[in-house]
Amino acid sequence: MRWTRWLLIAALVLSWPVHAVKDIELNKVEDEARFQDLANELRCMVCQNQSIADSNADLARDFRNQVKEKINAGQTNEEIREFMIARYGDYILYRPPFNMATALLWLGPFVLVLFGFIIVFRMARRKRVSDENPREVDTVQQARLKQLLEDEQESRP
Amino acid sequence: MKARYLIPAGIFLAMVAVFGLVLYQINQGRDIKEVPSPLIGKPVPAFELPLLLPEGQRFSSTQLQGRISVVNVWASWCVSCRYEHDLLMQMSRNLDVSIIGINYKDERVDALKWLRDRGDPYESTVFDHDGRVAIDWGVYGVPETFIVDQRGIIRYKLTGPITAEKLKDQILPLIEQLNQGSKA
Repeated sequence: MRWTRWLLIAALVLSWPVHAVKDIELNKVEDEARFQDLANELRCMVCQNQSIADSNADLARDFRNQVKEKINAGQTNEEIREFMIARYGDYILYRPPFNMATALLWLGPFVLVLFGFIIVFRMARRKRVSDENPREVDTVQQARLKQLLEDEQESRP
Repeated sequence: MKARYLIPAGIFLAMVAVFGLVLYQINQGRDIKEVPSPLIGKPVPAFELPLLLPEGQRFSSTQLQGRISVVNVWASWCVSCRYEHDLLMQMSRNLDVSIIGINYKDERVDALKWLRDRGDPYESTVFDHDGRVAIDWGVYGVPETFIVDQRGIIRYKLTGPITAEKLKDQILPLIEQLNQGSKA
């Protein structure tokens, strides 16, 4: 039965993905932090809700290799970001730049919070005004209220 | 007094309008996961790659000028490439455009087998084994299809398979328009 074991090992080795493109290494260890920053900031386009640092997708690996290669070539973060944006658009950044198209995205939450404050403020003011000027219950209503309370008491055993 | 009720009602109606519009667009076939390409209106990214066939020859992006080209990124491992293959064959028979294939992260033998088995709609297919040129084209999901005008400017990009509707509603009218423009 020994040969079957060898067969299995051979099969496993031979079935190694043909696409095992070699991963690029960073030349300098101190660039690692920079690479991590960039990789966390770039969206894996096929997964759309993962950064290229998180994703195992093939494309994410290609992106990581490109980023490493560019770091090795001495490019700045800005240059690397520009490279990706030129190809995939602002969408590739998890922190998109502020411009006309992204204005609503950036300002929307603040506008909503502001709206909330305005509403709370106006409600509070209205309450204060009504507390200071309690509405007077007119005599007819007063009489009716009294009547109701008495009826209630009488109906109790 | 009136305005107090009109403002929330107005906000509500505006939201209904926005959501309604997006739902309508989805219903009409808009893919909300689709990311608009910044490459539209720009010249094709420069590249030089080996041809799948004949082996040994190379193809350069400068050859994408002078004619309308349909650039189709495909792979033999890509399932939805099968769905659009028939339409590509039809396009190659009926349209006066050069259909260029970019074979993406594939093996030469697999790609050649695919073309032999299913038919070859491409005037030329370049072999992008490591997928680097595809990154320059902003490719993120095969199949992808670009329309490049006579001056080598990218005019259209489709992510995902070509469908009969997209062909009829988007691709053919654009090719027609580009043809008209060149005659005028």
